[in-house]
Amino acid sequence: MSRSKTELTNLPSSILGRYVAGIAAAAIAMPLAIATLTLPSAASAEVPTHYGFGSPATPAELAKFFAIPPSGKGLPPGKGTAAKGAEVYANNCSACHGDHLQGISTKGLGGPQLIGGRGTLASAHPVKTVESYWPYATTLFDYVKRAMPFNAPGSLTDDEVYDVVAYVLSQSKIIKPTDVMNAQSLPKVAMPNKDGFEPDPRPELGLYR
Amino acid sequence: MKKAEPNLVTDEKTQRMIDGMIATEQRHMAERAAQTKAAEADCDCKEGMFPSITNRRGFLFAAGSTAIAAAAASGGAIAQDKSASQAPAGARHFDVPADPTKVQGEAIGVNGGYGLRSQFESETRVLYPNPTDYTSWSLTPLDKMLGNLTASGLHFVRDHNGTPTIDPAKHMLYVHGMVDKPLKLTMADIKRFPSVTRRHFIECSGNTLTEWTKPTMKTVQGTHGLLSTSEWTGVLFSTIAREVGLKEGSAWVLAEGADSAVMTRSIPMEKMLSDAMLAYGQNGEAIRPEQGYPLRLLLPGYEGNTQIKWLRRLEVSDKPFMTREETSKYTDLLPNGKARQFTLTMDAKSVITFPSGDMKLPGPGFYNVTGFAWSGHGRIQSVDVSTDGGKTWYPARIDSTPEPMCTVRFSYPWMWDGKNAVLQSRCTDETGYIQPTLHQLVALRGANSTYHLNAIQSWGIANDGSVTNVQV
Repeated sequence: MSRSKTELTNLPSSILGRYVAGIAAAAIAMPLAIATLTLPSAASAEVPTHYGFGSPATPAELAKFFAIPPSGKGLPPGKGTAAKGAEVYANNCSACHGDHLQGISTKGLGGPQLIGGRGTLASAHPVKTVESYWPYATTLFDYVKRAMPFNAPGSLTDDEVYDVVAYVLSQSKIIKPTDVMNAQSLPKVAMPNKDGFEPDPRPELGLYR
Repeated sequence: MKKAEPNLVTDEKTQRMIDGMIATEQRHMAERAAQTKAAEADCDCKEGMFPSITNRRGFLFAAGSTAIAAAAASGGAIAQDKSASQAPAGARHFDVPADPTKVQGEAIGVNGGYGLRSQFESETRVLYPNPTDYTSWSLTPLDKMLGNLTASGLHFVRDHNGTPTIDPAKHMLYVHGMVDKPLKLTMADIKRFPSVTRRHFIECSGNTLTEWTKPTMKTVQGTHGLLSTSEWTGVLFSTIAREVGLKEGSAWVLAEGADSAVMTRSIPMEKMLSDAMLAYGQNGEAIRPEQGYPLRLLLPGYEGNTQIKWLRRLEVSDKPFMTREETSKYTDLLPNGKARQFTLTMDAKSVITFPSGDMKLPGPGFYNVTGFAWSGHGRIQSVDVSTDGGKTWYPARIDSTPEPMCTVRFSYPWMWDGKNAVLQSRCTDETGYIQPTLHQLVALRGANSTYHLNAIQSWGIANDGSVTNVQV
């Protein structure tokens, strides 16, 4: 350190003396050189593992966020029924997903099929829908509230989300048309494919034979 | 819908998507062919090896033909300002002097201080059609990449509801859940933390999904173009974890984007604390909007969709949230009707990019076969090349320095005798995993799991030099 200090201190004067005419330039450069050589010893005195940047996130600020796990934790108050959901669906969903939840593949629309397909997953032509494939009803609520309708995401009220979720589940014959969906009932809905998933088994032993 | 062949296993939606991709690639190839034809008519170079050309007038033929034809038909003049109408995306048109040593060049700084590419370089990403362009993807032209890094403007793009416009001065990252001190960080806060700079590939788990049952796409951009490599700069999640304090039992982290899909994925804490990065830099500048400006999650070696772009929130939890993307979408359906979930790491994979589909070798002789190899489990250890469809293998050269979860360039010196050949590459990563054949993968998973196809790719060379996508 002391050696580099000597070199650094000498360097600016020799360079400046040879190449730089202006005294003002030397006056600026000299303090910079001194600052550079004092920095390493100061920094090596203490290296923090905590920095204290940012500010506390308050419960009020975090209240606007949600992500609903299968337990239903975080489901909002409110309720919905298939009867009301039929209307919500017709006004907000049918343009892309079709009048009968059958999906529309037309360019510019492209809403996937929502119901049907039970019993096809092990076949040559599996049809993956909410009814046949989705393991948790809470995911449907989360996704509709999060990202639907596609051209106006987040525009439905919580009651409307419960309504349309009830409608899709009812049309799927997963719940009865009269069942009320709310924070208590939704996590209890047993989806047909709830046991249809397994964790990643890789590395695949078959590749080591 | 196109009726699938009886032995092919494909769900309806995937089949529609594949049909759309085939149609788009055909249009793109026709454009390239028109460019090549125009170029060959224009000069004696006859650069037949590559399907597209770097010739100025060739580009005009393809991109400007409609406008020029319209102007000619109406007897009108072509627009005075050539810069907008005639330069490829990302370039500006300049008149070419007969002898650049006899006239002054363009003044420094004409582009407003941000450099452009040459007007003779017209390569672009290709957009493949989903029903809406907001959820579509565009693929990197791997056969045109020089070196190992992907130019930021050619990095593949996959959005789930468009690319948002975000003011970095207003962007916040919230870190909360099972933590001692929930935090709110501005971009300025995030940039104050110590940063790391690392090169990593990102690959969409759907890369190559058209190839499960038969050779489908014609070009390597179509088969493998959902792969790109960048140098990323950002803060390690572990640094932020110490700031907020992780509670006992924390095992997963939900990452959420600020796009209109409000994209969410649950990430295992083990990964978050091993090498997850909150990245704001890409190839020396701010991340491009399509890549998540101003902040994205980077998970080296994980499937692309987990590396949430426009990152606004990290929620620490004991369990995964079972979001739509990790239940109904990025799961791999097996023949028994069960689906694999949280198949997060991209296994080792390689592909030859020269020669590759839709190219034509001008004749027998020496060719420097080149390609990429990569693994989500670490460094690439070695790459082998076969010219006889996998019967015999020879070691390739590694042309760049292997780094963890990063592509490497490889090459293989090949003397083509002018006879039919099938070129393949096969990589081994540092765990000893060897890239499998398609037969091996299908035997293990069936042909309907959509994602994670990392099989050996075959390019057939016919005796006339034409190169096509084949399976052996």
